Amino acid sequence: MKKNMRIKGGMIDRKRPLDFTFNGRKYAGFAGDTLASALLANDIHLVGRSFKYHRPRGIFTANSAEPNALITIGTGAHQNPNSLATTAELYNGMVCHSQNHLGSLGFDLLAFNDFLAPFLGAGFYYKTFMWPASFWEKFYEPMIRRAAGLGALSGLDDPSHYDKGHRHTDVLVIGGGVAGLRAGLLAGRAKLKVIIADEDFHFGGQLLTTQGEIDGKSYKEWLQTTLAELASMDNVTLMPRTTIFGTYDHGIYGALERRRDHLPPEAQPQGVRQIMWKIMAKSAILASGASERPIAFSDNDRPGIMLASASLAYAQRFGVATGKRITLMTNNDSGIDSAIALHAKGVNVDAVIDSRGRAESHHRLPKSVRLIPQGQIVGTSGRKRIKSITLQSGARIPTDCLAVAGGWSPNLQLTCHQRGRPIWDANLAAFLPPNQLPQGMLLAGAVRGDMSTQACLNSATQAATTAIKTLGKTPPKSATPTAENRPYTIKPLWSMKGGKNRQFVDLQNDVTAKDIAQAHQEGYSSVEHLKRYTTLGMATDQGRSSNLIGLALLAEASGKTIPETGTTMFRPPYTPVPIGAFAGRHRGRHFRPTRLTPSHRWAAGRGASFVEAGAWLRAEWYPHKHETHWRQSVDREVIATRAAVGVCDVSTLGKIDIQGRDATQFINFVYANAFAKLPVGKVRYGLMLRDDGFVMDDGTTARMSDTHYIMTTTTANAVSVFRHLEFCRQCLRPDLDVQLISTTDQYAQYAIAGPNARRLLTRIIDDSTAITNDAMPFMGCAEISICGGIPARLFRISFSGELAYELAVARNYGDALIRHLMELGKPDGITPYGVEALGVMRIEKGHPAGNELNGQTSAHHLGLGRMLASNKDYIGKAMASRHELTRTDGVRLVGLIPLDRPNSIGDSIGAGAHILPINSGNSAKDDAGWVSSVAYSPMLGSSIALAFVEAGDQRHGEEMRAYDPLRAQDIRVRLTSPHFFDPEGSRLHG
Amino acid sequence: MIINHPLLGPRDASEFTYLGDASLLMRPNSDDIDAYHDYIHLRDNPDGLHRELWFHEQGDRSWLVITRNTATHEITKVELARKT
Repeated sequence: MKKNMRIKGGMIDRKRPLDFTFNGRKYAGFAGDTLASALLANDIHLVGRSFKYHRPRGIFTANSAEPNALITIGTGAHQNPNSLATTAELYNGMVCHSQNHLGSLGFDLLAFNDFLAPFLGAGFYYKTFMWPASFWEKFYEPMIRRAAGLGALSGLDDPSHYDKGHRHTDVLVIGGGVAGLRAGLLAGRAKLKVIIADEDFHFGGQLLTTQGEIDGKSYKEWLQTTLAELASMDNVTLMPRTTIFGTYDHGIYGALERRRDHLPPEAQPQGVRQIMWKIMAKSAILASGASERPIAFSDNDRPGIMLASASLAYAQRFGVATGKRITLMTNNDSGIDSAIALHAKGVNVDAVIDSRGRAESHHRLPKSVRLIPQGQIVGTSGRKRIKSITLQSGARIPTDCLAVAGGWSPNLQLTCHQRGRPIWDANLAAFLPPNQLPQGMLLAGAVRGDMSTQACLNSATQAATTAIKTLGKTPPKSATPTAENRPYTIKPLWSMKGGKNRQFVDLQNDVTAKDIAQAHQEGYSSVEHLKRYTTLGMATDQGRSSNLIGLALLAEASGKTIPETGTTMFRPPYTPVPIGAFAGRHRGRHFRPTRLTPSHRWAAGRGASFVEAGAWLRAEWYPHKHETHWRQSVDREVIATRAAVGVCDVSTLGKIDIQGRDATQFINFVYANAFAKLPVGKVRYGLMLRDDGFVMDDGTTARMSDTHYIMTTTTANAVSVFRHLEFCRQCLRPDLDVQLISTTDQYAQYAIAGPNARRLLTRIIDDSTAITNDAMPFMGCAEISICGGIPARLFRISFSGELAYELAVARNYGDALIRHLMELGKPDGITPYGVEALGVMRIEKGHPAGNELNGQTSAHHLGLGRMLASNKDYIGKAMASRHELTRTDGVRLVGLIPLDRPNSIGDSIGAGAHILPINSGNSAKDDAGWVSSVAYSPMLGSSIALAFVEAGDQRHGEEMRAYDPLRAQDIRVRLTSPHFFDPEGSRLHG
Repeated sequence: MIINHPLLGPRDASEFTYLGDASLLMRPNSDDIDAYHDYIHLRDNPDGLHRELWFHEQGDRSWLVITRNTATHEITKVELARKT
């Protein structure tokens, strides 16, 4: 039977009814409702099952501290598990499901866990699921995950959009309650740039959920006037539905703005759902308020038991009575005020139990409310909804809602995100923010312990005045408004003894008072240990309603005071932030940029297969129609290049333009080999070391003029080499007159290789005499022009071992140039080749590349030891001479050729294989080196490999084994020179 | 973090890459192998003020020497490395 619990008033729009379903059943609410208020309006308290024991649980709060009411909202790809019913704005057609039960919410098969409770205490997992070890992965873990869980993900791609952004402001006001609004108003009037952020969809905080007056106007009127003035100021930005979730260094705040969570799923893809803001604030006024906390007692977790402030919020803000006969339990004056306010709203408060004796505030209670002073609850009844309360006197009070007021804890999390430790205040029985606050932060309102509206207004005025003055403006003249200023007294009470059953401290993680006592008994008496052992405060609500009770009970068990016990470390985020918001637009292919080569479109048009090389997409081979295996394409490209001419896009190589009077000196300093005497018009291979003596990178550097060089780096190291060169220039040799600029993206560069390379170039170069063998011998370079005046650079360098050039033009000509070359090169037999053929040819020539320059190899290892200059200083010089890097029995680069059936693909050497003697065991002590690069050489008709082998340069001709336990291969190989093909280099000079 | 660049004013730390201890500026003579060993391998790791090298990679490519408190992230000094 549906019941209607609506009462008069509230901030809901009764002219806009909204339909929604909960576990398949249809219900109605109004615009302005949260899911929780709409459920309560239909008298639904039971909304979920607890994490561990699967106990029936009800709505506990009316805000983001909610431990129980975790709901799955939406279906399919829009399914949002673990949404808080207490903050989710109701929209028409909302589809919601309860979580964590097997069977129906009312009859949960996993509730048997509740009867196993005596065995499921603190540290249960650690103690129970230890043996046998093999059971963990296959049995225990899946079982635990099945039983102890929250909502489920849909497993589908999230269709919503997320974004990230930066905001800059003079003053960030965190929290839009009475203190935040007052402070923001003053800062706004002082013409400062102000952002006021609040996690709620209405500004007002406690003003929305309580009744009172400011300057003789009702809270509602004061809010309207204040918000209207704020909205009229261009320098003030109001950000509702925005949680400031973290305080970071130097006045940076993390903010999550939920822009479309309150709209139906079909509206989601049409805009940005959530934005993650990085807010840079010169000053921040923290006005985050305080949260009410409960008191633990026997069976304190039944649906219908909630915080007194929540019960009042539902009545005042949403027009919902949370019960027909409410009982209120308190240890402080705020609880009495809540009872009075509930009664004023026409909600039937049957009895008020005050654990204190007589208090001044009791006189304000209406006569019809029964007061039970010095009352203690020892038990409750009602499995799916509270039915009655038992007091220590034995008296039973029938009730359908128990509102608990255990005092207020300031929401000080953001003050402690930088290792701040809060300070205990015995009068408030609560922790207050530390004295040392994050840079630029000021406090206003309940977060600093102000418990009356008047005190909040006073501290807000003070904080705003300080911020305004600090930022160099004049505070506006304005008398602080007057408001209610009742004293607040509390007599701390954390748990009521005497009951027989469990007292739940952390409702979400099912941590009981007994668990805490037991953890202490077992030696977990540091608060950080207690937290991890019992999982107290480790749930999605981060124990906002439970931590202090847990601490107090630990203090009690250990005979210490609460400040001696201390708190755990506070860390961001304040409330959970979806991963999608952290990712923003960086999803899937957009996770990072994809860099395309100048010939990419052309290559794609030819059906090239692409490979990722860093952020680049490079053509790896260009298959022909009849080719069924990539090896066929690669072999053909190698053979055609070596027989006629091939062209390959090498634009991805790093290019660094180096100019200045001292450019020569600079290059001579950063390269390990001699560079001082490189003539203009010449290119030289350069070996770059790190300062620890290992090889960092290699490349070629061309001298274009006395003061102008062009350096190339490997594709992978383009960024790090440039950074390194800037370090050398600015940090080590600021005396040199030299400038660097990266031109990697500015030039399209093609390798043109093969016996017909020069003939092909003759067809496009404007002055063909510039490339005769005399005008431009091997390792020559020149500025030329092609195609009737297009400036270009030509380098006669060869990675393939062929007569070869690299031709560079401005990037925008890159696409036209490749198409033009392919057209003009038909009579020369032109073939495009990809990075795989490039790799095969360089292995055939024994050139080191990324696999060899892996940061663990020295010049001597690479067989380049003789290149190291002895007559100059250079980066890496001192450490390159170390014994380990130079010893003659250290590894050396060699070639490998398999001895048996070299044509069989199955017998190709595997990269990473270990090199072992023929007659040794397969153990590390026999390990003589490793295989770094492998290829099938169509020129040799054999699998070949480059490897590092101990004293390998002295062992050419020796037989060893390439042992690869991962691929189950053990191949007999012969060590050779790494120069497999044309070792004399006669083709280069043709 | 925000780094107050001597030429460009306050910039977000995400524009920078970090290298480490600014003692790297004091490159010893290549002939002094012992001094070089210390230069390459030995670094202080103080709890407190630390002079360190940052590179404005997504900016003007200045190498900066930043004095930062490693415990609080307070930055007390920012200099251009080439001017130190």
